[in-house]
Formats: sequence, C-alpha cells, structure tokens
Amino acid sequence: MKRRHFLAAAATAAMPARAALGQGTSGASRVLKFIPQADPAVLDPIVTTAAATRNHGFAVWDTLYGLNQDYAAEPQMAQSHAIENDGRRVTIRLREGLKFHDGEPVRAADCVASIRRWAARDPMGQVLMARTEEILAPDERSIVFRLQRPFPLLFDALAKVTPPVCFIMPERIAATPPNQPIAEIVGSGPFRFLADEREPGSRVVYERFADYVPRAEGVTTWTAGPKRVHLDRVEWHAMPDAGTAANALIAGEAQWWENPPVERQAALRGNRTVVMEIPDPTGFVGMARFNHLHPPFNSMAIRRALLGAVDQEEFMTAVVGADRSLWREDVGIFGPGTPLANDEGMSVLTGNRDIEKVKREISEAGYGGEKVVLLAATDFPTLSAIANVGANLLRRVGMDVELIADEWATLVRRRANRAPPSEGGWSMFFTFWSGIDTANPGVHQALRGNGERAWFGWPTMPRMEELRSQWFDAPDLGAQQRLARQMQAEALREGPYLPLGQYFQATAYRRGISGLLKGLPLFWNVQKG
Amino acid sequence: MFAYVVRRVLATIPVMAIVALFVFSLLYIAPGDPAAVIAGDQATPDDVERIRQSLGLDRPYLVRFGSWVWDILRGDLGVSIFTNLPVATMIKQRIEPTLSLMIVTLCLAVSIAVPMGVVAAWKVGTWIDRMVMGFAVLGFSVPVFVVGYLLAYVFALELDWLPVQGYTAFSQGFVPWIENLILPAVALGSVYIALIARITRATMLEVLQQDYIRTARAKGANQVSILFLHALKNAAVPIVTVIGIGIALLIGGAVVTESVFAIPGLGRLTVDAILRRDYPVIQGVVLLFSFVYVLVNLVIDLLYTLFDPRIRY
Repeated sequence: MKRRHFLAAAATAAMPARAALGQGTSGASRVLKFIPQADPAVLDPIVTTAAATRNHGFAVWDTLYGLNQDYAAEPQMAQSHAIENDGRRVTIRLREGLKFHDGEPVRAADCVASIRRWAARDPMGQVLMARTEEILAPDERSIVFRLQRPFPLLFDALAKVTPPVCFIMPERIAATPPNQPIAEIVGSGPFRFLADEREPGSRVVYERFADYVPRAEGVTTWTAGPKRVHLDRVEWHAMPDAGTAANALIAGEAQWWENPPVERQAALRGNRTVVMEIPDPTGFVGMARFNHLHPPFNSMAIRRALLGAVDQEEFMTAVVGADRSLWREDVGIFGPGTPLANDEGMSVLTGNRDIEKVKREISEAGYGGEKVVLLAATDFPTLSAIANVGANLLRRVGMDVELIADEWATLVRRRANRAPPSEGGWSMFFTFWSGIDTANPGVHQALRGNGERAWFGWPTMPRMEELRSQWFDAPDLGAQQRLARQMQAEALREGPYLPLGQYFQATAYRRGISGLLKGLPLFWNVQKG
Repeated sequence: MFAYVVRRVLATIPVMAIVALFVFSLLYIAPGDPAAVIAGDQATPDDVERIRQSLGLDRPYLVRFGSWVWDILRGDLGVSIFTNLPVATMIKQRIEPTLSLMIVTLCLAVSIAVPMGVVAAWKVGTWIDRMVMGFAVLGFSVPVFVVGYLLAYVFALELDWLPVQGYTAFSQGFVPWIENLILPAVALGSVYIALIARITRATMLEVLQQDYIRTARAKGANQVSILFLHALKNAAVPIVTVIGIGIALLIGGAVVTESVFAIPGLGRLTVDAILRRDYPVIQGVVLLFSFVYVLVNLVIDLLYTLFDPRIRY
C-alpha cells in the first residue's frame, strides 16, 4: 500500500462522513473534475461574452433551439414551431414538463423575458428585435413572434452558441437590466448550480438536475439532441498554472482539462492514462485588427496591400509549432469548415508572398513613415506569438513599428481609445476568435462596418453593412452562401483585418472518460468509468 | 506596557489610512479596464461603456475615493466588480487556506531552521556547517515555483505519496488537511528556512564567543544546555526579528505557492483580482495584508520583552 492510500484510508476511518479527496463529494465515480480554460468570473452569460461563462451557461440553462453538427438549428426546449402569415408570425411551442431548478415550471413568459434581455446585448438579437413588432406569450407554452417582415434566421439566432447565448431564465431573473449581472443562477438546464459551493476564482460545482427532461428523439451533437446526463456532479477547478493542471490530470486528481497549452501537449500525448483530441473543428482564427480611424491604416490601399504580405503558416507555426494537423493556412473571412466558408478572392492570401511588391504598394498608397503602434497581450502566449510575428512582418515591409506589450486588461483599455496612436491610441491589435464566432455575418463582429458603433477599429464599410442586411433576409442556405462570397470579396477589398490562420485547440482527458461532444465543453452525454 | 500597546494599535490607524490612499490612487492611475474585461472580447465599445457606467467607473476620482472610504469606515470593504459578492465574504472564503499554509510553513521552518543554525554554529567550519550553509544558499537561490514543481513531481507524481494540488479544509479532517499542505509548505518554507538558519548561525556564533558561555562550560554544563538554554535564549532577539520580517516574505511567497499548488487562498485571489482589475478586491486584500504586517511587528516587539528582560516599553 502506498503511503498516500494509507493516509487516505486512515482519514476515511477517522472521519466516515468525509467523501472524496479534498472536495467533500460523495459517489466519486460519478463526479467529474474538470479544469476549465478560466474561472467564469462573471456568472451571468448575458453580461459577458467570455467563453468560460458561456460554457458554464450551457450547464445551467437550456436554449429553445440547439445547434447541430451541421451548424443548423434544431428544437431543444421547443417541441415544434409554426410559421404563418408569409413568415410574419412564428409560434414556438414549448415541450411539456420543463422545470427550472427552483421547481417552477418553464413558462412562455419566462422565454419572452429571456429573449428580450438577450436581444438587448446580442447583435443577431438586435436585428431580430428591430424586425419584431411584438413577442407574446398567449398561454403557458406558446411564444409568438409577430414580425414586420420574415426573419428566416430566427431559429439560428435562438440556437447560436456564440456568446451571448439566448439562455432561458425565470422571468423574475430575466427582468434584470442586461448590463447588470443577475443575482441568482437558476436555469432549467441539465445541471443545477450549487451556489454555496462556489469559490470565485477557484471552483464551480454543479449537480445533476433530477427533474431535467431530455428530448426523446434526435442525435446528440453540439447543443442539439437529447441532453442525457450520466454524472451526478461536475466540479470545475480553475488552475491558472498549466504545470499544475497537467500534473493534476496525470495524477487523476482531475479527469478533463479543457485546453492544455501547446508546450504541455507532447508530454500528455506520451502518457498512457491520458487521451487527447481536437473537440472543436472550427478551432481559433487569428486576426490583426486595423484601426480605421487614423493613419496609416485609414488607407484602404495600405490595408489591402498588407494582405499580400501575410503568411498564415508563419503565424500559425509561431502559435502551435510545425505540426500541420494542428493548424491551417488557407483561412479567409468565415471559419473554415462552416457552411459559409468559401474561396472567393482567396488568391490575395494564398498566392506567392512578395514583400518587395507590398513595400512598393504601401509606398504608392501614401505611407509616410507614420509610427504604427501595435498592441500585444503578454498574458496569452498565443496572442503574444502572433503579435511578434505581426510586428516583424510590418517591419519587413518598411513600417515604423512600436510594439506595446501589456496584460490583456491593459490592452482592452487602450484599444477602446479612439485617439491617434501618438496620443494614447493604437494602430493594430491581435486577437483570436473561436472559429464558430466567425461562422456567419450575424455573429462575426469583426465584419461589421458601422463606423463608430462597430467593433474596436471602427471601420466604415457601407457595402458590407448592406450585404449583411441582405444576408438576414436570405431565404435559404444557397442564398446565404452567395452573399457570403460577396462579403468575403468585399472584406478582402476593404481589409477590416488581416486573417492570420486557424489553429485547433486540443483537449485532454483521462482514459475511461467517454461521450465528450464535439464543439464546446459540455457535460451531458459524458460518462465516467 | 499596556499604554505602549494602545499607542501602537492607535498608530496603525494613520498607517492604514496612508496605505488606503496609496492603493486607491495607484489603482486609479493604473492602466486597465474591468468593464472591458467583464464585457469580453466580442463586446462592442458601446457595450463596454454601458457596463462602465453601471459599475460607476466613470465617476470622478474624489467621488469614488470618498465613497470607498465612507464604506470602509462603516466596516464595508465593498463588492467585487466581477462576482458581485462582498469583498469581506471573498476574503473570509480564502483566509483559511492562506492562514493554514502560513502556519504550517512557519512551524516547519522554525522547527527545522533554528536547530540547523544552532548545529552549524556549534560545528562551525566542519562539513556539517558547510552542508547547512550550502542548503541555505540553495534555499535562497532556487525560486519557490521551481522547488514546488520538483516536490510535486517527486512526491506526488512519482511516489504518489501526496496530492499534486488543492486544499482540504481543516474541518474535513487533519490528515487530508495536512496532506495538501506538506508540499506547498516545504516549497514556500525553503527560502524562509535558509534565512532563519543563516541568521541563527551568525547570531549563535557571536553569542558562543561570550564570556558567560565560557563560564558555563567551565562549570561543566553539558553541550545541549549550553546551546539551547544559555546561547539560544540570548540569540533569540535577532532570530525573532527575522522570523517576523519573514512573514512578509511568506505573504509574497504565498502568491506563487498558491498558484503552483492550486490552493484557493488570498494570494490567488490577489493575483486574479489584479489581472482582472477587480479594484474593490485588490484594495480589500492589500488593506488586510498591511494590517496583518503591522500587527505582526507589534507582536514581535512585545516578544522581545520575553527573551530580553532588559527591554522595557
């Protein structure tokens, strides 16, 4: 007997009430200990767009529609829907027997209040509300949208997994203003949040919601299909140190680590107790975002010229190394592998890289040696890597580059500054977006061209806004794809940002865990032992 | 003596006031934006601005400072910007792991370092002395996180004697509690042991040259009683001073140790709060640490009177 087992046995004998090591749980075999990418500091999935909070949201709350592996919406809480009056009246019927964690039934009025709160924060929700005359709850189980004109993407909007997600909350909670965090975490999802076991910054605990009724039919993929729970309890243990997380996984103190960094992956792959796989086929898409308000990147010709200098392989190699199975380099505007991804105008990114030609084009476009201020986040190695490659690239094409390396919290403050770079503003920053968050114009914030109200960088691209508006009205996928090609061409003409490639983030879990779903870290369908 | 204690306790008030002003001002001018961190990367500038307003971060410096001071005077440390929980509740949640870590480290360090220093002084110039001093140099030179990783690798992963990470509350049993603290305490204590052992050796060497030690030897007192009764007691004042100063070292080291061993203590709370710019939490924790440090200094000053009756306040 190893000493630790002896100590554990002694402790168990001394305190029979004590359960699994360290966390006071019972039935350890059905307890899953999970190491998330970060602690969800804010637990309200509408106030924040943080991915960790969105993932927490899917444990606690349910959605009217789910997203399947083909990136299409399927009824989830909804039993069925009816489209009438030439698409201007949509009635969604709720499934029977749905309950919140406080025991109250889920009513249509709860859904209406939740949709209103979500829509106030969500770009697709805002379009939906702009086209909605009224949302009604004529009875306990019917939600009626009275629309000014048809909105073919209604179900896609309600199913989207890009934060903020349209989670359904009790009406009294959904009445909270959308910029103010909710005070109670009560949902109707497959897991109940245990508020008294929450340790901010360290631990989030959920237990199986016994009254959850999964869909009877369908295939479980992404957030669609039956959400069957095989675990009694899920514990999130935030571990800021990657070495500690790796050790905890290897030692069996945790069973699933959401996102081991690249430098730890080789060691984990070599461990026979650990399995590694790529859960999200849409990966992460890198971008160098221009500030369109000030020289030199207020010049479309300069932005466009720089597309010819981008070598996505160089960027992705700096992020995840030479293993080509972990990244791809032919990345355009929409997340590769998603329905709207296309090859329109891609030659500007995939053709021969000619730095001398780019130098000439930049000079001809009027670059006058202005200082280019780049913002780089030092606390995320992936962001730091693409920022350094980006700085080097701009220097090679003859730009006067100042790289400001700082923590993310400082960077986000500065990127909100619209002043010229010499007065505390900036010229370019680097970030990664989840591939699914670039899957269509409704969620792709970096494609917005509405000037002062656009995402940081504030591009004004009227043609892009017009195409986006048309996309919302597109009657079917074919029409959406045709518009997506035009949008990509427009984006590669205007250059709101430089696409830097896509990498795939591996997840690591103990052998013996099964049923992990593709896409997000979700806990239904997962089995232990 | 009582008057002295009262005077010292009262003296903490201006000290804390200066700390409060300093911390608040520093955070005010420090770059970073909690509203942008809360909103997330995909939020629009308008969303961020609305959150900033709802948090009151757009109010002028004096208004915010005045409101914070007024709350503190009423015993309210404020509410975390991120979790919406009272800062006092968050500190209460985190204080046990940090306190446990510090107490175990302190006990471990003192019980190892003082005898080491005494023996090194007694066997000065021998291999024992050189080993102790070698260990001390090593303790100073190797960073806490490296010691932590090495210990975790050997004792948790390879030998499977102890857990890799985490913390178990004392209420769940002594054995699991101490199991989780051994490796972090040894890692955190390595610098502390080195510091105390060196000071103990140096002070003991000086004391062992004194006439009264020669007299004790001449009277036939045995070595143990010479070292621990006659010499160590007279060397205690500088040793206690170093132990007290070392508490600050422990507070700083706890930040790293709690990260390496995933202990949900005040150190991690501080780092997380700084990274997110959770101002009320940073202010609350720094005030607490300052208060503890002032208090420790007071206790040490009072301890002097126990070891050296000539000291009077």
